[in-house]
Amino acid sequence: MTVPLVWRNYPERYNLLGNFCENCGSAYFPARPVCPKCRRKGRLVVQEMPHTGKIISFTEVFVAPEGFENEAPYFLALIELDNGAKILSQIVDSKREKIRIGAKVDKCFRKIADNDKEGAIAYGYKFKIIE
Amino acid sequence: MRSVSIIGAGLTEFGEHWERSFRELIAEAGIKAIQDSGIEGKDIQAAYGGCMASGRFIGQEHIGALIADQLGLNPIPSTRLEAACASGGVALRNAYLAIASGAHDVVAVGGIEKMTEISTEEAAIALGGAGDQETELFHGASFPALYALMARRHMHEFKTTEEQLASVSVKNHKNAVNNPYAQFRKEISLEQVMNSGYVASPLKLLDCSPITDGAAAIILCESEKARQFCENPVEIIASAQASDSLALSGRAVLTELKATLAAAKGAYMQAGITADMIDFAEVHDCFTIAEILAIEDLGFVHKGSGGKATEDGETAIDGRIPINTSGGLKAKGHPVGATGIAQSIEAYYQLRGRAKERQLKEAEIGLTHNVGGSGATAVVHIFRKLEGKR
Repeated sequence: MTVPLVWRNYPERYNLLGNFCENCGSAYFPARPVCPKCRRKGRLVVQEMPHTGKIISFTEVFVAPEGFENEAPYFLALIELDNGAKILSQIVDSKREKIRIGAKVDKCFRKIADNDKEGAIAYGYKFKIIE
Repeated sequence: MRSVSIIGAGLTEFGEHWERSFRELIAEAGIKAIQDSGIEGKDIQAAYGGCMASGRFIGQEHIGALIADQLGLNPIPSTRLEAACASGGVALRNAYLAIASGAHDVVAVGGIEKMTEISTEEAAIALGGAGDQETELFHGASFPALYALMARRHMHEFKTTEEQLASVSVKNHKNAVNNPYAQFRKEISLEQVMNSGYVASPLKLLDCSPITDGAAAIILCESEKARQFCENPVEIIASAQASDSLALSGRAVLTELKATLAAAKGAYMQAGITADMIDFAEVHDCFTIAEILAIEDLGFVHKGSGGKATEDGETAIDGRIPINTSGGLKAKGHPVGATGIAQSIEAYYQLRGRAKERQLKEAEIGLTHNVGGSGATAVVHIFRKLEGKR
């Protein structure tokens, strides 16, 4: 994680800005430079992703990579947002028995990491279970 | 395209080589392969090397030139290829293409990784780069976590059990007992796997391949010429590679690897065979779920039945389709850049009758399957004994 990377990704990580192909109707997160289905016929426009979706799969991470040791154990999930785009995120503020495939989730804003050598703190999206 | 054969192979023991350097491992594997092949160094026209993350692991890049230098092969062209854990398979494919195309007749190809010079946490970051740094690793998705997401979904859709996952490890450890180059030459029980702690649920420590130092090398030769050097070469009858989205979020389904499906389809077409004609395979079992996905995607068992097939012994060394007779990545060890080459060496040994205690009785056609990342690269090769007059 570097300062330019954290700074550059504000729109994506703060507001879930991805893009949408007006030709085929596919939504992409993060934004893609080319629609893989339509290629040159594609018409990509910036779009904010819906903040809700459902869990497709999840895991509880016990052995964390460098920078996440203090968080472990934590839940990660692959989420399908309401527009069909998929996103990988931590699941927080949720009872563990509620974390299961099919559970509905909502985006929240959290600190992601603070292990940058230059002191930059990275914020971004995490998700929590909604009843 | 010209026919290409393997005429020699060499590898180091896989394990923790704290006392030996990266370049010493390259030299050992390379020199063994050259000696085994019957050629001399001056016969080698080009070299290719697979290596994933030497910059992260030991602070050394420019591995292509280093390989030629260490083996005393200057000034031949020497190129490093990187495709995460499929670096070795991609190097093999590029060496194969160099001969098939007519550019060269004799080529050395190797793979290397020295992973134990940094801490496990640092190694996890280096390996995490095989996935999508910005949308996966940034959020704390370790590499086991990505495969854990696939495992959980497979369990959800097909009722695969944690015991069935564990049975992959048990089988591969059993096979490794008879492989003198393997990192873990000891059997483990189902209970030991089940009682090992979660790394990323449902994957436990003993569902995961280890961190390993090792190198592997083979010598490839145009098949007409191959007999001048070697009595019984092994022909590469197919070489196919495919790609998919780097991130899991880009995949339509989590329970198959589209890159494996595409590479397998291409390889079977090139070889003019079907999956049921394969006698044995070395597949990419970086995690137990990966072997289950592999045997399904390669067409050895129906989609969803890989766990049960493993539990029932279909993939054991005496089963219907022996998988990972070497011990696989799980027990032989997984020095990532070397793995694709080491897999081809197991195929070479089995087809030449040099696999000793783990030798298969009927080994006519073998397949290797090497995956990069969580499935963004897959490479499939198919091998058989070179036919024709001696």
